[in-house]
Amino acid sequence: MGNFKLGKMTLRSLFGKPETILYPEQTRFQPKGLKGQVVNDIDACILCSICAKRCPTDAITVDKKDGSWSIDRFKCVQCGTCVRDCPKTSLRMDSNYPAPAAEKSVDTLKKPSARPSDASDA
Amino acid sequence: MGKATVIPFGPQHPVLPEPLHLDLVVEDERVIEAIPQIGFIHRGLEKLVETRDIHQFIYVAERICGICSFGHSLGYAETVESLMGVEVPKRAQFIRVILHELSRIHSHLLWMGLAADAFGFESLFMHCWRLRERVLDIFEATTGGRVILSAVCIGGVNRDIDDIMMKAIIDKLDSIESDYKEIVDTFLEDSSVKSRLVGVGYLSRRQAEELCMVGPFGRASGAAYDCRMLGSGAYGDLEGFEPIVATEGDCYARCKVRALEVNQSIAIIKELAGKMPHDGIGEKSKLTPPAGSQASCVLEQPRGECYYYARGNGSKNLDRMRMRTPTSQNLAGMVKALEGCDLADVPMVILTIDPCISCSER
Repeated sequence: MGNFKLGKMTLRSLFGKPETILYPEQTRFQPKGLKGQVVNDIDACILCSICAKRCPTDAITVDKKDGSWSIDRFKCVQCGTCVRDCPKTSLRMDSNYPAPAAEKSVDTLKKPSARPSDASDA
Repeated sequence: MGKATVIPFGPQHPVLPEPLHLDLVVEDERVIEAIPQIGFIHRGLEKLVETRDIHQFIYVAERICGICSFGHSLGYAETVESLMGVEVPKRAQFIRVILHELSRIHSHLLWMGLAADAFGFESLFMHCWRLRERVLDIFEATTGGRVILSAVCIGGVNRDIDDIMMKAIIDKLDSIESDYKEIVDTFLEDSSVKSRLVGVGYLSRRQAEELCMVGPFGRASGAAYDCRMLGSGAYGDLEGFEPIVATEGDCYARCKVRALEVNQSIAIIKELAGKMPHDGIGEKSKLTPPAGSQASCVLEQPRGECYYYARGNGSKNLDRMRMRTPTSQNLAGMVKALEGCDLADVPMVILTIDPCISCSER
């Protein structure tokens, strides 16, 4: 029993380094493997659609005809399923979070080899 | 004796971040009856097993609640594994238990902060959450997420914790432990804390056992039941496990049980880290649950025993998934504990059962 049991800790924290940081001037240390956002190396991607099938939130859509791979970052929950299941390891998890945005949008990547004439042939 | 009046409490109330509504029947300043009502945030997550396959549902399960998120993904994965008869490597089991105990530490520290805030001890609240932040940093470094970890897969875990990382975790826990000692001293010895907690919201052992109270709420009334005693998973590899029990049955005892459980969790993590086997972390199972198969599993969540039930139908999707969460169990005891308490103590009594409404409604 007693009073001011927390006094010592409170006084110590008055003179210690602050626990918080001055964001955005300072940014936090990002550990390796932080789940920020999914990025696709479109050159290595074979548009197999496994990522789109396994995605629990249907955030990824793959259009083989068009040669495009797109991700809705507002649907993605960074679970990492697509990254683990990618047969060509073209997908990876980047440690930077996607930038905040006022409007919803979909990020689309196009395969450079897919020319419009190829798409019409298929 | 005054006239009985009904005072509504919640669903929006400063003490609770979640919607719980109570009709408090009061006479003068004394509560004579409390009638709870839930159902404000039902999301129908159990129904989602029909449209999400067994591997995808892990990410739904861990979004049932933000605080017990790892526990739910673990409980779900263990149930589906027993449905399909999948053997999980020992190392994966150890990592699961270590992460589960870390989430217990963060959940209890969160609760202690909320409790301190509820009885008006603002600086204690800040210090509790400052320590909790260090546990979240451990999660961030080991799994890549702070709250939603996505660390479990059916058949193992997604990421290994190597020896260097394990040493860093132990160092961090050591740094938490020294600060935590001062916080526990404040919770258990400080006169201002004691005057708000001792003797408030009493629930006898008999009542706790009759109403089947689980978790720290039941243990604070003397019901010595903790699912970790059953020794499933890596808990069976511990030297011994004794649940932390108090006999007073009041708010102070509930606070004490939670405070000491953090120390117990730190000890469990340290013991398991020293015994870590090296037989791989397992990989995603390719099996599907057989038609008509049923499995159930219990897990000690930070708030108490959580029961999981699953039924397969031969496809990638489950036929039925059911969870009975500790809060839905404990609401009956909370109503009993509220009877006869002062109106000003109502937030304190509700908070000490650590209600998690989003868990119980899913």
